[in-house]
Amino acid sequence: MRTTSKFAALILSAGVIATQPFAAYAQTATKKADPALVDAYLKATFGKAPPEWQARIEPDDTLKTCNLHRNDVPSAEADKIVKRELAKVVFPADGKLLGDWKQGQKIANNGRGGQFSDDAKTENGGNCYACHQMEKAEVSFGTLGPSLTSYGKDRKFDPAEAKNAFIKIYDSQAVLACSNMPRFGANKVLSEKQIMDLVAFLFDPESPINK
Amino acid sequence: MRRTTMALALAAILFSSLNFPVCAQDASEKEIERYRAMISDPLSNPGFLAVDRGEILWSEKRGTKNVSLEGCDLGLGAGKLEGAFARMPRFFADSGKVMDLEQRLLWCMQNIQGLDTKDVIARRFSGPGKASDMEDLVAFIANKSSGMKIDVPLKHPKEQEMAAVGEALFYRRGGVMDFSCATCHADEGKRIRLQGLPNLSKPGKQPQETMGTWPTYRVSQGALRTMQHRLWDCYRQQRWPIPEYGSDSITALTVFLQTQATGGEITVPSIKR
Repeated sequence: MRTTSKFAALILSAGVIATQPFAAYAQTATKKADPALVDAYLKATFGKAPPEWQARIEPDDTLKTCNLHRNDVPSAEADKIVKRELAKVVFPADGKLLGDWKQGQKIANNGRGGQFSDDAKTENGGNCYACHQMEKAEVSFGTLGPSLTSYGKDRKFDPAEAKNAFIKIYDSQAVLACSNMPRFGANKVLSEKQIMDLVAFLFDPESPINK
Repeated sequence: MRRTTMALALAAILFSSLNFPVCAQDASEKEIERYRAMISDPLSNPGFLAVDRGEILWSEKRGTKNVSLEGCDLGLGAGKLEGAFARMPRFFADSGKVMDLEQRLLWCMQNIQGLDTKDVIARRFSGPGKASDMEDLVAFIANKSSGMKIDVPLKHPKEQEMAAVGEALFYRRGGVMDFSCATCHADEGKRIRLQGLPNLSKPGKQPQETMGTWPTYRVSQGALRTMQHRLWDCYRQQRWPIPEYGSDSITALTVFLQTQATGGEITVPSIKR
């Protein structure tokens, strides 16, 4: 068991990430597949997809670390990720963070875009309701993420909190390393304006989230 | 009140999978259970029409060799169907590969029947006016394992490799949303919108009930669907590229999931949302 882990860890550290704390890895390891082998399997299954689609499943440095630790990342690695991802966040040039909450409401409800069944021209939605409770009136909400009901009101509509929300939506891992939430801005799923509209949905006193 | 409960129950069955409770109250849950039992009756499950069609396809002479599939070995000997599905995917020495049922059927069509499978693959998922030989055959063969327990062999090194790779793939994040299988299926009692999500990261009841109920007749699609289709649809929702039908990653994931589901009773074709 220990030998297997060590062997796998060696392969992983050589092939994927140069400095890998062994202890953290060994905790979760049973028998792990060689990453090169996993890549060969992926090639067999997704290798005929257009190059731009294949590029989407090529993990960046952050996802490599998350995959390796199954999101349970050691604190030193977590700090690196947060720093790296925070550098990706681009704030609106005029400093204004709140857009149109009514547009944000539509974006939160829209689960389309980015699937191989979607037309390439389909506008991406945020699909927030898939994972979060938002307006009280909407009963069809998921529970993978925390409830966001009364989000802005509970934070006294504090501009600093609105900024944090902008960062969280733009790049969730700039706040929490290996968060399950998509990095909507950094991965270009949502535009700057769409993210502002979502921040307004959370923070506008008129938004039904705060009613 | 009674009407509300029934409406809730119907709404919940439409939005939930067969096996996992949403947040409905006990009364609703009971109604859902009653409804599930009602539609699980073989006489009212259209999935059994696929079983009948599959039975005809299995014994139909086709291909350049003009023979049926009855000479096909699904792991327990040529033509032996009882319990074969419960022990798949598995390693086949003649092909040198670990195969799920669909891969194996394609192999038998090509090698035993001499059938050009291009058309069969083009019709791998049925649609309006487009029947699927694979869905029908899987329904028929899987049904021959109904009442048996999932028991995939993990003796051959290739089978072990598949299980290990499948596990890695389960946790592999990617696509523009950074999603893996584990994003939705590694926690207890979660749901996406109203859809309950089974936790497949740990062996036991949830993977057993999930894997034991595929293939299934999907009411929302009006079609019998196989695990190949389920995983294809998962990757679509994960915003990953289109997975190749009957390819190694899909089989590896299936081996992993079947391993998690070891001991689960097979009741197929089931009927789901």
